[in-house]
Amino acid sequence: MIILGADIGAWSGQLLAGALVSVALAVATVPFGMAVGVAVALAKDSSNRVLSAFGEGYTTVFRGLPELLTLLLVYYGLQMAFQITAEWLGLSVTVNINPFVAGILALSLVFGAYSSEVLLGGLRGIERGQIEAAISVGMTPLTAFVRIKWPQVLRLALPGLGNNWVVLLKDTSLVSVIALNDLLRQTSLAVASTKEPFAFYAVACLGYLLMTIVSNMLLMLLEARANRGWRPMSP
Amino acid sequence: MENPTPASTKSPVALGAHDIHKSFGNLEVLSGVSLEACRGDVVALIGSSGSGKSTFLRCLNLLEVPDKGDIRVGDVRIDFKSGPRARRVVSDRRQAEALRRRTSMVFQSFNLWHHMTVLENIIEAPIHVHGQTRRQAIEKARELLDKVGLSQREDYYPSQLSGGQQQRAAIARALAVDPDVILCDEPTSALDPELVGEVLKVMAQLAAEGRTMIVVTHEMAFARDVASHAVFLHKGKIEEEGHPSRLFSNPSSERLEQFLSPFRNGGFGEPSGGRGHPISPRAVVS
Repeated sequence: MIILGADIGAWSGQLLAGALVSVALAVATVPFGMAVGVAVALAKDSSNRVLSAFGEGYTTVFRGLPELLTLLLVYYGLQMAFQITAEWLGLSVTVNINPFVAGILALSLVFGAYSSEVLLGGLRGIERGQIEAAISVGMTPLTAFVRIKWPQVLRLALPGLGNNWVVLLKDTSLVSVIALNDLLRQTSLAVASTKEPFAFYAVACLGYLLMTIVSNMLLMLLEARANRGWRPMSP
Repeated sequence: MENPTPASTKSPVALGAHDIHKSFGNLEVLSGVSLEACRGDVVALIGSSGSGKSTFLRCLNLLEVPDKGDIRVGDVRIDFKSGPRARRVVSDRRQAEALRRRTSMVFQSFNLWHHMTVLENIIEAPIHVHGQTRRQAIEKARELLDKVGLSQREDYYPSQLSGGQQQRAAIARALAVDPDVILCDEPTSALDPELVGEVLKVMAQLAAEGRTMIVVTHEMAFARDVASHAVFLHKGKIEEEGHPSRLFSNPSSERLEQFLSPFRNGGFGEPSGGRGHPISPRAVVS
């Protein structure tokens, strides 16, 4: 298949593999990122001053650092940490960090920081009465949070979280610098080999846009479900 | 409609609160309020804004934690000791939850859970607090919906209901956990006047069935005709209390007389001196 004068067809397999790595990385990051986001949001919403200070500090650091820097710090920093530990334990091995794992860790830390702000807005948007009704009927704080507060927080937070997801999809392209074969890295390899930058970068564009469009469709479904109590009654 | 006769002294005490004090910062809102409700009693708490009646009610299920006093519901008893600490926290959380499992509350602003249908609201606590099966809970919920006149609305969301319907759903939710005592915090104050009747009618029915209820209300006709005991609070203390028939026709304290004067002089559409009907015979709007 020749597009814009370049033999895209020959590279299609690798480009596709790269796209799958990008998506897999983003999808794998979400559970960890959300866990961090919820924890930090709850810390910031807490009346405990130590917890809220920690939450604020965490958010400041991981929103403040460029994601690329965070990724490099995690990748080389973990490498170094494991190396030192191995030497201290007397083992003479070279420790290599899997770049995919490093990518998940770094992106989770960043996704968590941004999501914590969105979730905090959601937490603050829930009327006290909702929780008072839950407590007054004997629910434990945990049950009240999981059954009553969280579904409503999610409704308020989904637009912002959807935003963060799309940014996460784009941030996966950063792992190309730690030699993980995501879509962007595969594209760069193709460009280096064929000397046809525009054609391949255009295809990469389409790839990322396609991922975004599919994400939007899924997010719309999620938002429809989350808003089920608020839609006007059909006649 | 006759007032339910107050439960005899042999009737078990459903709820007892003794010498409750509560301050918010420097403002002392409750200065030693005590109450005992036997099974089947319907207690009306009346008083002007700021008298402490809502705060007292919220102390009974520990939505507010008293600074001093003790509260007993059934066999669960909690003591509060005053001390140097400004903020009292109920140390044994399980005690608080045990107490709350024996009571339920109906709120002025309904507080139905927005993301759940009426049916889901009602079955939520029976399933997740009391461990009932989904089928048991749904069966019971449908009986209660029928009782409050909302059988056609079980799959509606709260946002799709009128205020009166929401409050009746909230009452069904409160009943679903089979509480020893139902606490009602101005249940009709947020309703349009024409919807008040349908809710009061349900509450009068519960009273006639022998439910133990403590109701903070501004609906004087309801207090006079349905309650077995009325308590008039003023500035955090009980000014006067007794059987409504006596309290409303012949108040001893001047403040209560003043408080009741608009009601007794026909200010609320009641014929002067007449008993009237507590719930006007409107069709319940479903």
